[in-house]
Amino acid sequence: MATTTTKTETFVGKRIRRREDPRLITGTATYVEDIQMPGMHYAVILRSPHAAARIRSIDTKKAVSAPGVVCVFTGKDTKGVGAVPCGVAMPDLRVPQHTILATERVYFVGHPVAVVVARDRYLARDAADLIEVDYEVLPAVADPEKALAKGAPAVHPQWPDNVAFTYHQDGGNIDKAFAEADVVVKQRIVSQRLVPMAMETRGVVAEWRGADRQLNLYTSTQIPHLVRTIVAAMLGLEENRMRVIAPEVGGGFGSKLNVYAEEALMGYVSMKIQKPVKWIESRRENFTCTIHGRGHVDYYEVAAKRDGTILGIKLKLIQDVGAYHQLLTPLIPQLSVLMMPGLYNTQNIRGDIIGVFTNCVPTDAYRGAGRPEATHGIERMVDILAAELKMDPAEIRLKNFVTKDKFPYPTATGLMYDSGDYATPLKKALDLVGYVKLRQEQADLRKQGKYMGIGISTYGEICAIGPSPATPAGGWESATVKIEPSGKVTILTGACPHGQGEETTFAQIAADELGVGLDDILVIRGDTAVVQYGIGTFGSRATAVGGTALYYALQDLKAKIKKFGEMLLESDDVSLMIGQVIDNKSGKAKTFQEIAGAAYRALKLPPNTEPGLLATRFWEPPNFTFPFGAHIVVTDIDDETGQIKIRRYVAVDDCGNILNPLIVDGQVHGGVAQGLGQALWEQAVYDDNGQLVTGELTDYAVPRAQMMPWIESHHTCTPSPINPLGVKGVGEAGTIGCSPAVVNSVVDALSPLGVRHLDMPLTPEKIWKVVAKKN
Amino acid sequence: MIAQKFEYTAPKSLDEALHLLASGAKPLAGGMSLIPMMKLRLAAPEHLVDLRTIKDLNYIREAGGQLHIGATASHYEIESSALLRQKCPLLTETAAAIGDVQVRNMGTIGGSVAHADPAADYPAALQALEAKFVLNGAKSERTVSAADFFVDAFTTTLEPGEILREVIVPIDDARTGTSYQKMVQPASGFAIVGVAVRVRQNARKVSFARIGVTGLSNHAYRATAAEKALEGKTPSANDIQNAAALVAQGVDANSDLHASADYRKHLAAVHAARAIKSAISRIT
Ligand SMILES: Cc1cc2nc3c(=O)[nH]c(=O)nc-3n(C[C@H](O)[C@H](O)[C@H](O)COP(=O)(O)OP(=O)(O)OC[C@H]3O[C@@H](n4cnc5c(N)ncnc54)[C@H](O)[C@@H]3O)c2cc1C
Repeated sequence: MATTTTKTETFVGKRIRRREDPRLITGTATYVEDIQMPGMHYAVILRSPHAAARIRSIDTKKAVSAPGVVCVFTGKDTKGVGAVPCGVAMPDLRVPQHTILATERVYFVGHPVAVVVARDRYLARDAADLIEVDYEVLPAVADPEKALAKGAPAVHPQWPDNVAFTYHQDGGNIDKAFAEADVVVKQRIVSQRLVPMAMETRGVVAEWRGADRQLNLYTSTQIPHLVRTIVAAMLGLEENRMRVIAPEVGGGFGSKLNVYAEEALMGYVSMKIQKPVKWIESRRENFTCTIHGRGHVDYYEVAAKRDGTILGIKLKLIQDVGAYHQLLTPLIPQLSVLMMPGLYNTQNIRGDIIGVFTNCVPTDAYRGAGRPEATHGIERMVDILAAELKMDPAEIRLKNFVTKDKFPYPTATGLMYDSGDYATPLKKALDLVGYVKLRQEQADLRKQGKYMGIGISTYGEICAIGPSPATPAGGWESATVKIEPSGKVTILTGACPHGQGEETTFAQIAADELGVGLDDILVIRGDTAVVQYGIGTFGSRATAVGGTALYYALQDLKAKIKKFGEMLLESDDVSLMIGQVIDNKSGKAKTFQEIAGAAYRALKLPPNTEPGLLATRFWEPPNFTFPFGAHIVVTDIDDETGQIKIRRYVAVDDCGNILNPLIVDGQVHGGVAQGLGQALWEQAVYDDNGQLVTGELTDYAVPRAQMMPWIESHHTCTPSPINPLGVKGVGEAGTIGCSPAVVNSVVDALSPLGVRHLDMPLTPEKIWKVVAKKN
Repeated sequence: MIAQKFEYTAPKSLDEALHLLASGAKPLAGGMSLIPMMKLRLAAPEHLVDLRTIKDLNYIREAGGQLHIGATASHYEIESSALLRQKCPLLTETAAAIGDVQVRNMGTIGGSVAHADPAADYPAALQALEAKFVLNGAKSERTVSAADFFVDAFTTTLEPGEILREVIVPIDDARTGTSYQKMVQPASGFAIVGVAVRVRQNARKVSFARIGVTGLSNHAYRATAAEKALEGKTPSANDIQNAAALVAQGVDANSDLHASADYRKHLAAVHAARAIKSAISRIT
């Protein structure tokens, strides 16, 4: 209790343990699945086993009369529900009508066809097997390049070319750059489809309270307010009659930055049966029905002078859209084009995107969302260019970096890089890894016929997403701070962090600003009935944007606290420190609790001041932030089996000011794990019939603890001038920096065999084939 | 991921279990293979009989110059058995290579052998050990050698109503070196290929070699040609290479997303060579 008056400790910048962890690691957190309600019913969704088929008929008779079944709905019943929206507006964007249940056709394996509602989930699941669907199976196409070929099956019959959208961006004079080049290097680079694989699958509990005309929707989402706006509209319900709660969310990684058919469907079901209903996604459904990430085929061309100066970059990007646009599908590859130049000082770019429909689950945001693909592309191309010119990959990067004196730096793609010092993290990483010595060792090993590689990736990213004009739904964030009559502090953040650590870092910020202890502060998120409108957590934005809204709300409150202090101390010169307001002249003080009590008791009020201590701020960022860094990976290759061993992983990340180094390390570790997943193991493989071959965890290899190398995580610090905290964002950095470093390392190892490029994942068989060829 | 309705019985005795099994029930051991199949509705047994509630099916003991392992001994119990570590280290090494900690805590040797997954680890070691399996029915008991037991992928000589009650392996003395070398499938943890080797030397000459291979074909087998190539030799690096090359000879190799047939065969030879070298190096 007394912490507020005596503490002198500050918290920002310290390795403070995450306050959210105890409930997570003791298994006592409340996820959607943990919500129980009287009268709860359970839904199981029947899904298409075919990638493309016409539905001739659906017979639900047997299912409806199965034990425990309350009702079965098909696409005919849900016709009145609005379509699952694409949140992106673009000229020429083709948006297929995305009904919440299939009507005439199904477009991908897993497409929802009917929903069975029963008294328990076992009975619902049994009854789903009794629904008879007569399908006329149609030819499918699952590969975006095949879908573009003449004569390919049309995913949507109204658009026989399968083109979902195109996008073009030009910067500078690309034709001149290529005409003047000494060398041009070209490469096709695939960034394979990945399954985001949140540990907690999706899940929804919908509770319609007819008497109150109120729909409560519990859903595992990153964006509860947007879900409320959109799902209410889909259901034709007034937005203020709907409450969306995101309880504990067991990982999202972008896959829950969306509005899904099942969210509206459960709302519909609950309103129909007038009972609460629960749907929990199975792992199999998570594989086939939750968005995938990446899915690029990129054709790169880089023009350069003989001395290594990059003159221009061209990219033709084929984006595998899947069967529909989900919320942000067409936006993700545009982020890749924006990031095309990476950290390099070239003003000439051309980016062309073709979005292609395929009979697969849609792609959308997955950790990094467009930026890992772009970074992988440019960082691979720079290595290819270095090899072509016989230059050292570190040297060519140092030569082309935007230099420290050029910030804010306008890119050829229309961005304004806020601050940067790109050479410093690279030099630090080179030092840490012992680059010069390693190159000598490599030369010796090569003489013995051994393959060791050193791979560098220097990445930049777009974080703190983002200024509202650059986003589909507003890019600001909100915060409310309430000081309760007892002096306890409650923060309501619109950013809805879900495991990233803001329950800790936001408390750190508030504790330092108000001079109270961490235990006096509670951070609340994820409930639209409690928290003012907010945007959500994605795009490494929660701290940079949401934390700034919090910072300004705290400034408002501090001003008000001072007013009360001046009144109570009868002074016009007070300051706020260590849990009290002090009269600078007399040295007399009032504690935080005394002030809070007075503000609510309101026996007397300062001039022009209302009772209470509450402040809300909506903060609109003037720009993105642009973190950067350098990752270096040392690999040894077993030339008998093709297995890759990561000997060293050195990460030097610059995410601006660090509020909590422990949390930043955790974000880097997790990001690198997912980057390694893409580089080495993971791939969502569809066969020619559109069946997901890697649709189980027995075939889809997500990294496990024992597969991880030791990550040497270091930092440089270049504060962002965009926000008063000087923070940039670090949620995606690890993923973005990782994959090119790994691939560059392996390509470097195998370069004596003439290898110039390898596509991910770098499976042992792929490597073995390269090595075996030489033997 | 919800199984069909089924009954579950936790019997106290083997007789009770065998009685239930005779009327069509299916044994449940660690559930690490069976439960996932039920959740995916690839298996839909109507009645499960839990073998782990039968106390006298869980043991590891030495008797009559051999080692006897009860069907429900978990992978972890085998991996951490001091008796086996001393007298049959091939089995502890193999058990330790299975899956992850959770799977090793739950999974059983009887379940693994009965399930006969072509990529399972134990079968390689049990072939190399020339293990014997004691199979019991309600009114029968018979002993089958590993060589005869594995028939095809997921297919054994177990009859309906029969359970594998016990695994019997020989005691290896200090002149025998053993090793299990495995290439892990990164998603499942199973073996892309796994090679188990036992070699005995007499005055530096290989007097005896047994090589079991898993993952390569529809079931684990003994690579007899490779064994013969080693026996009688004081093997040079080259001899080992040549013998190893024989393990995959003439085998109709599996092919899937994780490894093509050619690659698997190559890996089998590589891991055989590694296992032979390692086994020889362990002879004291
Ligand atoms: C994530 C994961 C990773 C794994 N990785 C590996 C690995 O790396 N290597 C490996 O070898 N295995 C691996 N496994 C499989 C694991 O070893 C299983 O435990 C084993 O295959 C089956 O044993 P169980 O006791 O779990 O049997 P259960 O799943 O209970 O039963 C399997 C089958 O055998 C039958 N059965 C069980 N016991 C008997 C008996 N005594 N007599 C007759 N029939 C019986 C059952 O009826 C059923 O048909 C993995 C499993 C999982 C889930």
